[in-house]
Amino acid sequence: MTTVNEFSIEVATVNGSGSQTANNVLLRAIFQMGMPVSGKNFFPSNISGMPTWFQIRVSRKGYAARKPEIDLMVCLNPETAEQDLAKLPPGALCIYDEPLNLGGRRSDITAFGVPFQALVAASCPEMKYQRLVKNMVYVGVLVRLLGIEPEEAGRALGRLIKGKAEAMNRAAMDAGYQWALANLPDQGKLLVQRLPVEQERLLIDGNTACALGALFAGVTVVGWYPITPSTGVIESLTEYAHPYRTDPTTGASTIAILQMEDELASAGVVVGAGWAGARAMTATSGPGLSLMTEFIGLAYYAECPGVFVDVQRVGPSTGLPTRSSQSDIKLCAKASHGDTLHINLYPATMEECFRFTYDAFDLAERFQTPVFLVSDLDLGMQNWITSPFAYPEGKLDRGKVLDEAALKEVQAWGRYKDVDGDGIPYRTLPGTPGGKGAYLTRGSGHNAQAAYTENPAEFAEGILRLKRKILGAAPHLPLPIQVDNGAKRGVLAFGSSDPAVQEAMDILREAHQMPLNYMRVRALPFAEAVGDFLRSMEVVYVVEQNRDGQMAALLMEFFPQEAPRLRSVLHFDSTPITAQTIVDQILSQEM
Amino acid sequence: MSTSPTPTNQLGLTRQDYTGGKSTLCVGCGHEGITLQIIQAAFELGLESHQVAKLSGIGCSSKTPAYFLKNAWGFNSVHGRAAAVCTGVALANRSLKNLLVSGDGDSMSIGLNHFTHLIRRNVPVVYIIEDNGVYALTKGQFSATADQGSALRWGQVNELQPLDPCTLAMELGCGFVARSFSGNPKQLNTLLKAAFAHPGTAVLDVISPCVTWNNHESSTRSYQSAKNREIPLHELGFIPAFHTPQVDIPAGEAQEVAFPDGSRITFRTLHDDYDPSKLTEAWRLVHESRDRGELLTGLLYYQPGKPTIHEVMKTAPTPLTQLPQSALKPGPEALQEIMDELK
Repeated sequence: MTTVNEFSIEVATVNGSGSQTANNVLLRAIFQMGMPVSGKNFFPSNISGMPTWFQIRVSRKGYAARKPEIDLMVCLNPETAEQDLAKLPPGALCIYDEPLNLGGRRSDITAFGVPFQALVAASCPEMKYQRLVKNMVYVGVLVRLLGIEPEEAGRALGRLIKGKAEAMNRAAMDAGYQWALANLPDQGKLLVQRLPVEQERLLIDGNTACALGALFAGVTVVGWYPITPSTGVIESLTEYAHPYRTDPTTGASTIAILQMEDELASAGVVVGAGWAGARAMTATSGPGLSLMTEFIGLAYYAECPGVFVDVQRVGPSTGLPTRSSQSDIKLCAKASHGDTLHINLYPATMEECFRFTYDAFDLAERFQTPVFLVSDLDLGMQNWITSPFAYPEGKLDRGKVLDEAALKEVQAWGRYKDVDGDGIPYRTLPGTPGGKGAYLTRGSGHNAQAAYTENPAEFAEGILRLKRKILGAAPHLPLPIQVDNGAKRGVLAFGSSDPAVQEAMDILREAHQMPLNYMRVRALPFAEAVGDFLRSMEVVYVVEQNRDGQMAALLMEFFPQEAPRLRSVLHFDSTPITAQTIVDQILSQEM
Repeated sequence: MSTSPTPTNQLGLTRQDYTGGKSTLCVGCGHEGITLQIIQAAFELGLESHQVAKLSGIGCSSKTPAYFLKNAWGFNSVHGRAAAVCTGVALANRSLKNLLVSGDGDSMSIGLNHFTHLIRRNVPVVYIIEDNGVYALTKGQFSATADQGSALRWGQVNELQPLDPCTLAMELGCGFVARSFSGNPKQLNTLLKAAFAHPGTAVLDVISPCVTWNNHESSTRSYQSAKNREIPLHELGFIPAFHTPQVDIPAGEAQEVAFPDGSRITFRTLHDDYDPSKLTEAWRLVHESRDRGELLTGLLYYQPGKPTIHEVMKTAPTPLTQLPQSALKPGPEALQEIMDELK
């Protein structure tokens, strides 16, 4: 059976060996042939010497979720070779490093031994580089085996590797290609064939998309602390800030990106800068966000704008730093002691990582509050195909700020007075001349005039206004995406579960005659449409990548009457969710 | 009937214009003396209040920004982390003069990490530690600056070594390190004015007795103890960048140090060998003096030339908060260029 443009590859190597570059060349070559393709790197929390796997899914149907059934395995890691071989389904192909001797171990698969060391030794005379370019040999082998156009592989390599390394890697790739040409039979099982490209596409990771959103939103102050998997957001922003936010004549920077002593201080920088009138942000992950919660509560209560990007990894505690999850939903929704609710945005695509980050700055200043971009490792660190981003037109929304002229017109200004009835007060910025508008911001109890108060009625009035303010943001946030298949049952999901949900819905419809309606939630507080959707369905499966059904709990809090309709589909073993997981859990609950 | 006119500064403002709300601290609190000198120094310097950002953490000292410079914006933030907030404010708007008021609990325990890194980065700020050796707002526990052997009101003796904010700041490379005593208003006033002229982080550790929890006979932070032990290093004078006839310059041979804004501090040494521009010697003398149980006050160390965070980061001279959208939001062609690179 020929499987053209619909299969999965897994490459098992050791981290720190240059395999990531080789994998990206392979991914990009397939991408350049017009194919929908996705790559997932399963890397250890380690610098070198530990097992790492890279999965490439080629799917003409456009499915981008993880597919656990591997059609072609590349075994280069002696430590994991046994288990890598064992997990292959019958009929699969396997390429292995010859000394591993995997041929003949399983009669139900086809395995080819490749003399990687000999090939790399012949193509790379400099011993010290052999280890690093060895992985490029399997790229050459796969180019030949899968019918990938060699010119595209060459072009991909040229884009990803520059300088002296380019020639060495090219030689290694060519050695693999020539060896496969001479020694491997044509296989008719797995093939990549060029597809016509109907629209412009590009490859990007979510962290870069997020950084670009911040860049175009005019971020001016960034306080941050390195933490996997969020570090790429700031590294990418730093890289783009150089050409796009430096004054060419003076060399002065219009953005201040400062690595802080910890996440507490990073959040402090965001709060201080936001208070002073800057567009401020940080990017972090679970443990960092835990440390930031004190300042987030202050920002919520004292009403300071700021953007917090959370690239979720697996918790609790240190957890699995290099694995993905959706287990900070509760934390991002309510970070801080006391009563709070934060504006959360849940991107599911690269365009949304870009646009939602951009929007987060407008929302933070419009609503004078911390805004969370709730991403995850799967979105943030993996490469995804996307259409080019649309330019975010229009003016930056700086919110209700009274400048010197406006202050002259105002009779009795109060920092926390709800003048417009929307819960959003008017703020003033330090440094405003004219002798009006100064006040003392405090995290302690305060009244509409920003004065300290222990008066019960004034205190209650303040936190009720805050609730009104944040709930009032719902219509201004990205609305949910709905797919109506005329079904009585539905699925609700968010973020990086989306590709698996879409695939699962196809499987349920095609193989189990079970069409489902779909709602993808994109923001908290929930839009009214979310409640409408729940009410309109007999049963709603809430799909999320955490143990406790954190999103389902939020839905029950907002829509308690609909709680009996909700059923959780949960995935929390640290791997990205698959379509089959969703299908199986839905079917088992239909019994 | 004529009355003598109320004195005004070069902005035409009176001292009253630099006051704040009514204090809720205990009667006789050392912090009140510091508040008074902040008001006096700001008045004498002719600071524009709206250009001052008052920052504080949590504690009695951190309440005081409500009691001075009512026309300045202030931020009474979270315990120990005003330094981080201040860093954010400084990055956002470099034209502001930052005045951070903290306490020994706030800065030397919960906020020590942020204190050290603020100094390391040389964030422009006058950083005052109102140092009373106790956590007063939680009713009198020892702080990390409490002297070894000092006792609480109910007899408990501190057995641990104290942290010294000044020698710590010197070690961290702070370019302006001073110690004063809230009971020495003249010296405190001069040091505050000089601190405002310093371009980077200026640390002032001000011994400020807590009349409620730490002002008894067995305390080393009482008014009496500080008065008995205080040894001023020098007689100080401050000459602002603008010239006024009322400048108070000490008599006799005086050394002079100029700050980048044109103002100068003059001092006549009262202590043999002390040269506040020599780090290791100054550090040694402060240590030795402390070991003898003395309270050495004055400008302990200065080095105004160290680059500030803005110089290191090459931030735009215009405050980032004042940049127009055209400077902040790259155009469609920039996005197109970036997208093309990723295809």
